Amino acid sequence: MGYSDKIRGTYQAQLKGIQDAGLFKQERFIHSPQAADIEVEFPAGAPLKKVINMCANNYLGLSSHPEVIKAAHEGLETRGYGMSSVRFICGTQDIHRELEQKMTAFLGTEDTLLFPSCMDANAGVFEAILTKDDVIISDRLVHASLVDGIRLCSAMHDTIKHSDMEHLEEKLQLHADKRFKLVVTDGVFSMDGDTAKLDEMVRICEKYDAMVLVDDSHSSGFIGKTGRGTHEKCGVVGKIDVITTTFGKALGGASGGCVSGRRELVEMCRQRARPYLFSNTIAPVVVSGVLKVMDIISKSTERRDKLERNAAYWRKGLTEAGFVLKEGDTPIVPVMLFNAKLAQDVSQSLYDEGIYAIGFFFPVVPQSQARIRTQISAGHEIHHLEQALAAFTKVGKKFDILGKTKQEIIAKYGM
Amino acid sequence: MADELKDMVLNYVTKEYLEDDSEPLTYDTPLISGGIVDSFSMVSLKRFLENKYAISIPDEEATPEAFDSVNKIVALVQRFAAKKA
Ligand SMILES: Cc1ncc(COP(=O)(O)O)c(C=O)c1O
Repeated sequence: MGYSDKIRGTYQAQLKGIQDAGLFKQERFIHSPQAADIEVEFPAGAPLKKVINMCANNYLGLSSHPEVIKAAHEGLETRGYGMSSVRFICGTQDIHRELEQKMTAFLGTEDTLLFPSCMDANAGVFEAILTKDDVIISDRLVHASLVDGIRLCSAMHDTIKHSDMEHLEEKLQLHADKRFKLVVTDGVFSMDGDTAKLDEMVRICEKYDAMVLVDDSHSSGFIGKTGRGTHEKCGVVGKIDVITTTFGKALGGASGGCVSGRRELVEMCRQRARPYLFSNTIAPVVVSGVLKVMDIISKSTERRDKLERNAAYWRKGLTEAGFVLKEGDTPIVPVMLFNAKLAQDVSQSLYDEGIYAIGFFFPVVPQSQARIRTQISAGHEIHHLEQALAAFTKVGKKFDILGKTKQEIIAKYGM
Repeated sequence: MADELKDMVLNYVTKEYLEDDSEPLTYDTPLISGGIVDSFSMVSLKRFLENKYAISIPDEEATPEAFDSVNKIVALVQRFAAKKA
């Protein structure tokens, strides 16, 4: 037998180590469509419980929107279920190109290429456009999928302290001899909810002839006055060389991603990016749904406006209750608990109160930075937020962390 | 050159990688294996040292192990500086 007792034992010990360290992740089964109100089986086998979801990336509340579902049904009827091919053989339909053109117009770029996911977009883009003569300079807190994509590419890789523009300038000077320089950042940082300083970044990059790549997965559809993303918020539309983003969050939440930006860079991805070349693209039914999402949000800013109001309400409520938050003005509002076990215990107590919010801890966030990441949606009504706030306050009291500083929480619960 | 080099590397690593509220470094603090510095970020230190001492450290020598503490980094630089002289 190839899978010997020794091999099995090694993995069992490793898994036990993860468990003992309090870092073990467990899924919760949701029996309803994604929404503010969901029905959950947790732990496995437990009776279903109705809870308020405070941790979905369903920012615009479009994941189960009736018009999107209807469009997806129609897509299923008119374009079928599967393509059974990658794009460049016989896997491209008219609607794939239509969605690419819509994204180009929406993001204010030159061209767009769809990928099976944004993880795949990030995995493919660097290797497609850079060589060993180039350097990539990334923010230290960029998403794991960017880190993986950078690893797959032969360019030199350096990092800067989080959002430190002076450090960026030093690094651009240090690497001045490289053929091309590409600066990489998240638009909105997924774990902290803060926004990249794209205006300053673009100004510095213009000075040093560097390109800029932004992953706007947690921004596309709702950040900026008309929801185009962080480049709109920072006044640099047309100046970001590459934007990668996902359809798996605000834009319907099903799946898929894209690379959008300078025409030649996008074309290089079409020729070279391996996840595009070697994996089926987004299924027709999902493309049809996303097309409807783009229609809805291009016509009206009602949803992103409501999201902004909801997020401000939530942030103010948690602050007044006495929680330690990460600063920001996006719908990602991290409640800092620092200790991994505390984050899980608070999450469990919230669940008992009917609130679904997950604890995040190492390796998803740095050591001693454990937190509960709450995420606000346009699908939330004020009554949801009021109920969640009451539950957070009750649980905060139970653990005696309200009004306490970071140092006090760490003194009580450890790092 | 050893002490001066040691302090310079320590200062560089502190300024480049540590958060303001971190524990201070010693010459032997494990940097990469201790999770203080990720191995990517060593690139700038390598380039900085190469420029400063006009040496070239080949990639196969610039391993995470060779960069794992201030003392190890200093030993590496001295080895290449000696080669050059
Ligand atoms: C910043 C960022 N980029 C990329 C992704 C991956 O997106 P997808 O689910 O489309 O692969 C995520 C999702 O977690 C993300 O937060």
